[in-house]
Amino acid sequence: MTRVLIIGAGPAGIRAAETLAAAGLNPVVVDEAARAGGQIYRRPPEGFTRTPEKLYGSEAAKARALHATFDRLVAEGKVTHLPQRSVMALHGGTAHVLGETRQEIPYDRLIVATGATDRLAPVPGWQAGGVYSLGAAQIALKAQGVALGRRIVLAGSGPLLTLLATQLVASGAEVAAVLDTAPMRQQVRGGLRMALARPWVTLRGLRLRAALGRRYHAGVTLTGIESDATGPTAMAWRDAKGRDRRTDCDTVGLGWHLRSDGTIADLAGAAFDWDTDFAQWLPRADPLGRAGEGLYLAGDGLRILGADGAELAGRAAATACLQDLGLPHPDPARTLRRLGRMHRFAQGMMQAFPWPAQMVRDLPDTATVCRCEGISAGDLRGTLPLSGPEANRAKSLGRVGMGRCQGRYCQLAGAEIIAAAAGSAPRDVGRLRAQPPARPAPIGAWLNTPAEGEAE
Amino acid sequence: MTGGRLVRLAESARAPVEFIFDGEALTGLEGDTVLTAILLSRRALRDAEFGPEARAGFCLMGACQDCWVWQEGGARLRACSTPLREGMRLRSAPGGTQWPGPPADAERDRSGDSA
Repeated sequence: MTRVLIIGAGPAGIRAAETLAAAGLNPVVVDEAARAGGQIYRRPPEGFTRTPEKLYGSEAAKARALHATFDRLVAEGKVTHLPQRSVMALHGGTAHVLGETRQEIPYDRLIVATGATDRLAPVPGWQAGGVYSLGAAQIALKAQGVALGRRIVLAGSGPLLTLLATQLVASGAEVAAVLDTAPMRQQVRGGLRMALARPWVTLRGLRLRAALGRRYHAGVTLTGIESDATGPTAMAWRDAKGRDRRTDCDTVGLGWHLRSDGTIADLAGAAFDWDTDFAQWLPRADPLGRAGEGLYLAGDGLRILGADGAELAGRAAATACLQDLGLPHPDPARTLRRLGRMHRFAQGMMQAFPWPAQMVRDLPDTATVCRCEGISAGDLRGTLPLSGPEANRAKSLGRVGMGRCQGRYCQLAGAEIIAAAAGSAPRDVGRLRAQPPARPAPIGAWLNTPAEGEAE
Repeated sequence: MTGGRLVRLAESARAPVEFIFDGEALTGLEGDTVLTAILLSRRALRDAEFGPEARAGFCLMGACQDCWVWQEGGARLRACSTPLREGMRLRSAPGGTQWPGPPADAERDRSGDSA
């Protein structure tokens, strides 16, 4: 039987597995989490008692359906689930996987559904312990039932900013301020496009926003996070009218929508293009997600369409795989139409909640760009006369993108700073090439243990 | 401010789990990650290697590697995605042997021989 490997057990990976299983294939799904679901439908550990309605709100039915589908496929032996493992490298049709032990998993076809991370812009002082991504604060709440601090400022832009703020408030956390860098005028323009594509989803977002009341501020510029030895003490910001403001807090959440994580797609051989709407590099694929010989991409790792779009993209990628294998497959026409609507909605969202390019370009020399290794905007600017305005050379010489996050959280800001210095745009600066291992890994895992074969 | 960074908002009716962090006995709950358990009692997980600040994790989804802590045996953990287990002995900094090599027990035996 054709061996199909799916990387990622979020909405895209689960729907891809379901589609392949329906055609009689027995895909292997590798995922880092203990339980399938992905980030937005992340499940708490066994023994937690909050209901899906409490955890996922209006999306509870979708979360339930997705989790139940996957659990059933695994229980029936139609899908092999390998949880708590990271794919570290892909070579010659074999995935090198690391969990408690090391495994080598051969495959004929590969579906990459590795999702996205928060898209981060540096704010002066963001290296302090107690500054988190917005996604982190949501994971802490959903999967652990904790708030990341006693008095929280959330800042950035995008749908998660509003959603997370309302979830935290509803759970009893103290949210001191919600600071949106998107100007209100831009939000209205993008919001109209969002409403045309998905009116109910847009309306739901507006309702959530209204619930935040006076905590919410649009058109904000973030000027710095003040800290003492214990972590953040205040967020300094400028309001839409240009007045300097300051909000006391002990915890900060930051995020500007999402950044597709293209590491595995890159290692699998996908090509990348700069996407002007999403303001980031995205892998090149046909409408169903074909990205190369036997390579299919789905979900937020391909196009940031959110969880609903990821379910559709997972079906689409599996459909393409079945087409290429000459096996019976679902008609993709309706899925493609719905994906088109998701894409129009996402374009409106990107316009409404843009990447804060100017704020990043204006970062003072003292601001940390690379949190991993404490490299400042000034260090990076100082590297450019030697490296030239190219991201990979600037990384080699200046180390922005070389630390333990492997550039996931500094690459876009680094490109913006390089572009500003060169009088160009981030797309001209180039994309950081992914290198194996896809996560930092102890060399001992390769030295001391022979790899196991595919789990039965 | 004293005490931990995190605040439990829900799911507090779980069995307690005892563990050691930097030599001190702490208590978490079954189902806590190592990060959750430590930060309910402490403000940070570790010190930054490249700056004066402390670190307390960042992405909580295994992507940033900010939350590394170490077992007393030497192995490194990603605190955000490692479930807390009874009797874990954890440190905010690597132990004596930072270089990859044989498991820490073997290392200890060998250094004992040469002494």
